Parts: sequence; C-alpha cells; structure tokens
Amino acid sequence: MLLDVQSSLRNGIFVIGGLLSFVLAGAALKSSSQAPAQPTMVPPVAGQTQRGGLSVVVLDPAHGGTDPGARGTGGVRESDLVLEFSDPVRRALEAQGLRVRQTRQGNDDPSLDDRSAMANEQRGTVFVTVHVSSTGLAGTVRVYTMTDFPPMTDTTGMLAWDRAQAPFLELSRKLGDLVQGQLSQQFKGSPGTAQTAAVRQLRTTAAPAIAVEVSSVAVDDRAALERMAPGVAGAIARGVAAFRPIYEASPAAGALP
Amino acid sequence: MTPRWRTRLLVGLALAVMAAAIYFPILRRRVQRAARLQQQSEEQARRELTLTLPANPGQPRVKTKLFWASSTEDGVLVPTTADLPLSDDPVLRAKQVLNTLLAGPVDTELRTLPPDAALLEFYLLPDGTAIADFSEALATSTPSGIQSEQLAVDSIARTLEADVSQVQRMRILIHGQEIETLAGHLDLTGTFVVNTNPAPAPTSQPSATSAPAADKASAEPRKLTPGTAPGKLAQPGHKP
Repeated sequence: MLLDVQSSLRNGIFVIGGLLSFVLAGAALKSSSQAPAQPTMVPPVAGQTQRGGLSVVVLDPAHGGTDPGARGTGGVRESDLVLEFSDPVRRALEAQGLRVRQTRQGNDDPSLDDRSAMANEQRGTVFVTVHVSSTGLAGTVRVYTMTDFPPMTDTTGMLAWDRAQAPFLELSRKLGDLVQGQLSQQFKGSPGTAQTAAVRQLRTTAAPAIAVEVSSVAVDDRAALERMAPGVAGAIARGVAAFRPIYEASPAAGALP
Repeated sequence: MTPRWRTRLLVGLALAVMAAAIYFPILRRRVQRAARLQQQSEEQARRELTLTLPANPGQPRVKTKLFWASSTEDGVLVPTTADLPLSDDPVLRAKQVLNTLLAGPVDTELRTLPPDAALLEFYLLPDGTAIADFSEALATSTPSGIQSEQLAVDSIARTLEADVSQVQRMRILIHGQEIETLAGHLDLTGTFVVNTNPAPAPTSQPSATSAPAADKASAEPRKLTPGTAPGKLAQPGHKP
C-alpha cells in the first residue's frame, strides 16, 4: 500500500474490503492493482464553499486497450477517435486557464473506478468523459448526466463509492446544460439541453460530471468525424468556463476530495 | 542416411510445411464459421424455447403498447399499439409483451433490441421489482453507445410500464448474472424505475409485508439474482 500524507487536511476516508484505508486528496493510493470494492467517502459538509475554485478538468477518452468501444463498418473505433478528440479538447480547456488531467494518454484501458478516482482524489475538479456512439444522427453531439438516484450513507455518515455522484447531480446538470447549449449552436440537430442516462462511468465520480457523445462511428468518411473535433472542443471549453462561477458559489462542490 | 535420401526428406518436409501454411488459414476460417453457426443455433434454440406461445384462444385481446424507435426523431421512442391476447398473470403477461418487443417492429430499422436476443426468464418480486433475464446477445449485439443502450433499456421499461402495471422497477440480468454495463456504457448494476404509480398487487401474489420496503429496495444496492433474490419469486407454475 502506498500512502501520500502530504495533504492530510483534505482527507477522504475509504473503507476497502473491510480494511480501513485513507485516500488523500491529490494522493495516490493503490492497495493493489484491483479497483476499490465498495469504499465509502466522507459526505459534503453543508454550507462549506469552494475556496480554491474550479481549476482542474479530468478528461476521459473512453474505452481503450482491449475495449474498442463502438466500431463502425469502415473500421472506425471509438477508442481511437476519442483519443484524437482529447487533444483539441485539452488545448481548448487549457486556453481557459484550466489544468487538464487525462485518464489515459495512449491505448490503455484504466478501470472505470480508476478513471473516477482521478477526479475523486482532488478538489476543484469537473469530469468530462468523451464517447462516439454507434447510432444517432450523424454530426450531432449529446451531453448526458447521471439519472436520479438516492445518496446512501453508512452508519458513520460516509457516502458510498458507488453513489459518489449523488451529491453532485444538480451541479452536473447545470454543467451539462451549459455544454449542451454550446454544442447545439455548433452542431445542428443536437439537443438544446443535456439528457439523463444511467452512465456507469458517471455514477462513481464525486465531482460535477458529464458524458459527451458524438454521433457516430457509422459514418462512411472518418474525416467527417475528425472535422467535428475543434467544434466539440471549443463548446466543452466554453461550457466549463461558463460553469466556473456556478461551481464556485456551490456549497457542495468544495466539500469532497 | 545417404545425401540423396536426406535431400528427399528435406524436400518432403518443405512440401509439408507449404501445404500446412496454405491449409491452416482455411482450417481457421472453417473453425470460426462453425463456432459462429453453433452460437447462432444456440441462440435460436434458446429463443424458440423461450418464445411465448399464443395465449389461450379464449383470452380477450387487449390493446398493448410496444415502444420502438421513432422513424422521424433521433433517439426517441414511440408507442405502437397492437391487439394481443395477453394473460392476466403479470409474469406471463410480461413475458408475452417482452417477447413481442424482442420480435421487433415491421420496419427493422426501428428495432431497439437485437434480433438474436431472447428473454430467458422473468421474475416479479412481491415489492414490484421485476427481474428480466436475457440471453448474452442482448449485451453482445446491442450497438455500443449511451444513446443506443439507453433506448434498449427504455423500450423494455416503458413497454412494461404501459402493459404490466404491477411492475414498479426492473433489473436486467444477462444469462442469470449481473453485469456492469449493457454494452460498455449503461449501468446495469442498479434498478430502473418503471412505474411510479403501480396498480395494487394481485391477490395471487405473496403478502407485501414479507417484501423489502420499496424505498429500501431502491436505495440499497445489492446483488439480485434469481437464486439469491430476497422475497419469494412470483413465477408461473409452467412456462408460457
């Protein structure tokens, strides 16, 4: 087990497989290569506001490694495309003064929990996972936030890892609507507001979190999708920038690691 | 061994290697094709076994709503109404409507579920939680993507909501197992809300007091499989 005690004031406490372990904000904790089973974390403290502001975007190019995601008949793979999309998205976010952490840089496949952990282990973060679908009107982009589900705390008042998104649903929807609003201006036929779906990746993320899905791998010409990348990147960056003051005024945002 | 025989042996070995190099890809293709055919026939057999038989001919036909994709709007479900002789038993009724949903609309472009997927079993717990167990094809053949996976689950949930009023929420299993996602995106570890205003439980169902409270059931994540599900499973005495 590896513990970094540098930021002990920002602790979250996780119970992993019956053993008490501590996950520190900004710290790396790996008790093994396996993802945490059913850890819990401290719940938000009511009334506490974010002091440092929104500074980090965890950008998640979905799938990778042995998981190609959606596959088009022309050999287009979602895992490759989202990695290509992540470059302009990262640059656009950095141009807004935000730091970007990517869940993967190459063709590897971190677990869904490991991807969420990158956002959960630090403050001032939003999470954006990027996908390309198999279906949908070509040239459109949809934003999803997690469906409603009740938060669950245990007897110690800790929040379950698998319900980490619950306290952030409202913020996620505001972020989703802002990004979707930008996307609908860029890509005709895209919805005007974010939709909800039980996206597995979002459920374990303790930060405002959205999934952005581009349609689709079914296009005949891969270049048509690649041409969408700058527009998608700009829309995400403008949406996140517009979300900053909302995040900073929110009591929930500053409370979790 | 004389040099002449050694040469003959080497030539023979070289010919054998060449023949193997030519034959090996053919053999591999045949094995792959055989595996595919076997998988298809297994799915077909399972589907035939689980397909709903026509209900009692004396059963009155009722208006049934089936939710498939809209032909005009992207990512939207629309109801199609059909007159079907549905059973009064909620489990049999659910199997009938889900098998009709799986059979698909006339326009195959509007399908929400893969054609080779089959409903293996359907359970209804006394607290209104339905457990729908599908064949692997639901997970392997549903197009990967948030939108397509959401449409697949929504079409099941909304069809049950419209036609089987006792179902309040639903879990989806794949071949008896809980899986993390449908096709890489949509979370299948939780329950999906089907009906927020359910009809009262039928008298043939076990008492609701023996069932977990509805709020508790939806708030606490737990592994629900037919073998370990809490409460008594409401199953018909025979397969439809």
